[in-house]
This record gives sequence, structure tokens and C-alpha cells, in this order.
Amino acid sequence: MVPAGQKLLEVTQVREGMFGSTDSGDTSGFGGLVTAVPVSTPAVRPFGSYFDVIADELAASLPDFGTSWDKAVEKVVVDRDELTLHIRSSELVAVAQTLRDEPGLRFELCLGVSGVHYPTYEGRELHAVYHFRSVTHARRIRLEVSMPDSNPHVPSIMSVYPTTDWHERETYDFFGIIFDGHPHLTRVLMPDDWQGHPQRKDYPLGGVPVEYKGASIPPPDTRRSYK
Amino acid sequence: MSDTYAPTYETTEGRVHTVMGQDWDSVLGAAEGEHERVVINMGPQHPSTHGVLRLILELDGETVTEARCGIGYLHTGIEKNLEYRTWTQGVTFVTRMDYLSPFFNETAYCLGVEKLLGITDQIPERAKVIRVMMMELNRVSSHLVALATGGMELGALTAMIFGFRERESILDLFELVTGLRMNSAYIRPGGVAQDLPAGAEKQIRDTIMALPRRFKDTADMLVGNSVWMARTSNIGKLDLAGCMALGVTGPVLRATGLPEDLRKTMPYSGYESYEFDVITKDTSDAYGRFLIRLGEMEQSLNIVEQCLDRLQPGAVMVEDKKIAWPAQLSIGSDGQGNSLDHIRHIMGESMEALIHHFKLVTEGFQVPAGQVYSAVESPRGELGVHMVSDGSTKPYRVHYRDPSFTNLQAVAAMCEGGQIADVIAAVASIDPVMGGVDR
Repeated sequence: MVPAGQKLLEVTQVREGMFGSTDSGDTSGFGGLVTAVPVSTPAVRPFGSYFDVIADELAASLPDFGTSWDKAVEKVVVDRDELTLHIRSSELVAVAQTLRDEPGLRFELCLGVSGVHYPTYEGRELHAVYHFRSVTHARRIRLEVSMPDSNPHVPSIMSVYPTTDWHERETYDFFGIIFDGHPHLTRVLMPDDWQGHPQRKDYPLGGVPVEYKGASIPPPDTRRSYK
Repeated sequence: MSDTYAPTYETTEGRVHTVMGQDWDSVLGAAEGEHERVVINMGPQHPSTHGVLRLILELDGETVTEARCGIGYLHTGIEKNLEYRTWTQGVTFVTRMDYLSPFFNETAYCLGVEKLLGITDQIPERAKVIRVMMMELNRVSSHLVALATGGMELGALTAMIFGFRERESILDLFELVTGLRMNSAYIRPGGVAQDLPAGAEKQIRDTIMALPRRFKDTADMLVGNSVWMARTSNIGKLDLAGCMALGVTGPVLRATGLPEDLRKTMPYSGYESYEFDVITKDTSDAYGRFLIRLGEMEQSLNIVEQCLDRLQPGAVMVEDKKIAWPAQLSIGSDGQGNSLDHIRHIMGESMEALIHHFKLVTEGFQVPAGQVYSAVESPRGELGVHMVSDGSTKPYRVHYRDPSFTNLQAVAAMCEGGQIADVIAAVASIDPVMGGVDR
């Protein structure tokens, strides 16, 4: 499902640590861990379950909404019985409109947007993840849009699904993703004058050491960590 | 007129009067000749706003022309904190989100972790039945608070007394089973923390036998009561199209007549094998939502009874020793402690058990990379969890789609054009829990 000529980055990050390696005989896990975290593998037909039906319906009806499958969909991932469509951000609103209005799809409910920050995934540092549910057909689908940290813009789908109002504000609040076209994109949970976007990976957790019976316990983000 | 604690000052939007319970006439006197438009802040420390919810109301006389919510007063960064703890420790955090429905937060989280691990099929039957039982008891206790606080906010104080009294008997069951009345962290990835204590089944059965008669007291008092009807009937209307557009689920959606309940439409934890009805009403108003909660409490007790009937002896945690939490708890002289049998086992009998205990408690287990969405029908609607793992011992990202957060967006649609007194009834009928909204 990956269009020809497009290069996919192979790993989102490489983790290193003292403990956690599983490939040596040492049960302590000590072994100089180096783990590469791969990007999700594209699925090939048949996708299984009701996913093929969704893909066919979507491919057939996207042109009615001013876009097309090849233009909109970067990649299809089927993992753990869930369907994820990676969508180019310019086509997001058209895809959302199709999901909502096409009788064969009828995803009436948008379950909001969640952000994910991959600081080492070059050019695709920020992801906006949308979940939809069709009450009519009892189906679920996930759309994922990625964007670079240097240009964190994605179109707002509030005109199609008004419920994303607070969800988009929350994702802006916590990740700094700017939803173009949102009528009042302000912080929703953090105070209005807060600096920074707390859920980003480069934003520290904070905390102070806690003393208990003479021993000092460091804050969680500075404790020894196992990968 | 110059009050140190309630000053009047100029802003770019006009003169602002602070009202703090003094004589209303003196405020109106000072505001005479100014615009009729009054913008008031209701909350976040207002007894009728259902927790630390701030409502910003624009009034024309007693009519609400615009209603907006200010939230975030209870934001505690739970989702961020989860990224610094092991997968098992996460349960302790998520149980504190929506504090009136802790077992739903825990179950949604654990279903997600289990899906990521690919062990959904390996969860023992007994653990699944206990989960369903705890969730349904929790649904009753949560709806009781909804009725109690909703009643109190509208002046029906007896409803408040009844509701909290009945809820206490359910919290006693939680304490008996988990050791804690709230925030139990009882449901864990792979099963539940420990088996039901001796005598629990009998006590649960006794309680659910006694409760319906007590619910009837509340129902007798409020159903059809002309004052209660006047305060709730035709108030806070939101039709099906409005619910869908605003993503509203739960009793508010079912009050429009749509029998939408995840337990029926997308079953989890074995709900497809229980017999129960989805309660709907077609009034789309606060009274309909009240009736739905009454009906759901009865259905939930029905499910709890079915759970008790099908409880068979067996394990309550997956067999995989690399995932199952090793420590067993028992009650020591100080009211808490590790099971002495377990201590004897790891210290005296099995080196492997000691290694597993040490590694699981300090490191946790690794969860294969990927992302899942898991959802349960909480008392307030669809509680969804978007969970991302990068293959390590800690969650990479956990996001809760809390129904209170989404449903609260409907306040403007429900309240604008109505009376200010009806704002209270409308918000109470949504039953938002700010711990879940702000997380």
C-alpha cells in the first residue's frame, strides 16, 4: 500500500541501556541493550475482518469528496485486529467527511484526537491519532496523521465532527500541534499562560526527591530506568 | 460600597463587579445605567457545579444567552506520569482519573495492555467474572452518586442522603474485596490483584438482595414527583443528532431512544454471555436520564447476581509468570502486608520465584511495540484508551478518552436559551466527574 517512490523511515528510535537485553543467556538482563523500534509494517490485502470492506468503500467514495485513495492514504496498518489508515494531512478533512457521510461507512462518532510525540522519528515527530466508531455497522477505524516538529500544522476536523473541539484544544495544549481552522484554539486543561507543551517527550516530568527514614528517593524521571 | 474582598474594577470589557454574597440590590444599584448584559462565573468553587467546574454564563435577566465551561482545575498530569512507571504501576494512576468509576478506568487500561501483549484469550474465566462483577457494582455506586448529588443540587436533600447511604453499602463490598473503598488498583494486567476473600460472595449476595427495596424508596420519592418533574422534565434537551455531533455517549445518548451500549454492541470481558436490557427513554431530557440511571442500577444488580452464580474456583491471574504480578497480599497486624506463604516461597523454596519476583517488581514486563484502542461502557459513556508501546517496560503514551470530558461539551447546547436555574439540572444530568475530565 506504500506508493512507489516513497521512502519509509525504518525505525522511530533506537534505545540503549544497561539492562533489558533478552538475547543473551544472562537472566539478569545485563548486556548492553540496543533496541531499534521499527515503524509499523504496511498491511497487504486481504486485510481481514471488515477492514477490506472499509477500504473498498473508502476507495470507491473518496473521489466524490474531492480526493482519492492514492492521494489520501499513505499506508494501511492492520495490527492486533485494528485498522489504521495513515492519512496525508492535506486530505484529512475530506477523508473524515467521507467516513461520516458515506452510507456504507457511517462513522457517526468521532472519539477525539490523541497526540503522540516521537522526537527521534525525523520529519514525522508529531502524530495526531483519530478514532472513529460506526454505531450503524459496529466498526472502528483509526486515522493517523504525522507532521514534522518544525511545522506542526494539521487541518481541524471540527467542521465535520464538532466533538473534536475540546479534543483538538487538548492536543494543542499538550503537544503544540496546531489545528488549522479551529475557531478558538486555546489551552483547555493547562492554565492560559503556561509555557511549553507538557506531554512532549522533551518536556521534563519534574518532581523533587522525597526523604523517607533517612533515605532519599529521587523523582521518577531520574531513577534508574529499565527499557 | 468599597469592599476589600469584593472590589469593583475596570477592564477592557467593561466594569467588573465582584459579588460575594452581599446584598444583591447594592450591586444592581452600582451597575445601574450600564449594559443589561451580565456575565457571571459560576464555580469552580460552587456547590452546584458538580465538582471544580467553572461555568461562564452570559445572562439576560434570568435567561442564559451563552454558556461556556472552564475546566482544568483538577488536572494532575496522570497521562504524563504513566510514561515514567511500569505497565503494572499504571493501574494505580488511572484508577484515580474518574474517581467515581475506578474499576472502569482500570479495566479499560488492562484490556489495552492485554491486547498489546496478545494475551486477551488467556485471562482466566474467574478473573473476567470478577471484573464484570466489580464493574457492575461500581456502575451502581456511580449512578447512586449521580442521583444523590443531582438531587442535592436541585434541593432534594433526601435523595442525597439515600443515595450516599446506599452507596456506602457498595463501598463496603469494595473494601472487603480490594482493601480500599476507592482507588483500589485491583484489576491488573493479566487478571485481578487477588481472589475474593472468604465470605465475600455471601456478603455481596446479601447486599444486592437488600438494595432493590432501597432503590424503590428513592424511586417512590422522585418518579412522578411534581416538583422533581418540574425541575427536570423538558430540561437540558439534547436530541440524537446533537449527541452524535458532540460525541455524547452513555445515559445522555440513551435518553434519545438509541439503545447504544458497548456492552451489547461491542462486548468485552464476556458481556455477550450475560442477560440484561439496555434501558432507553425517548424524552432526551434530564428526567429521562434520571430514569435511565434508575433502570441501569437494577440491570447491574441483575448482572452481579449472574456473576455470583457462575463464579467457579480457579486462578485469577494469567499463568505466564513473566507477566503475572508475583506478590500476594495478606492482612498483617498493621492491616497490610505481604503474604507469609509467598515470602516463604521466594526466600526459602524457589530461586526462580525470587528472580521473577525481583525482576517483575523492579523492572516490570516488556510490552511489544504497537498501539491499541480499548473501550468500555462506563457509567458515563464510552471510556476509551489509546495506548502506545515502544516495546519497553513503560507505556510510551496513554491517552484517555473520558466520557465526562466529551459530554461536558454539550453544556452550551443544553443550557443556552434556558433559565439559569435549569443550568444546574442540565449539568447534573450529564453527570460529569471532574477527575475524569481533567485527568
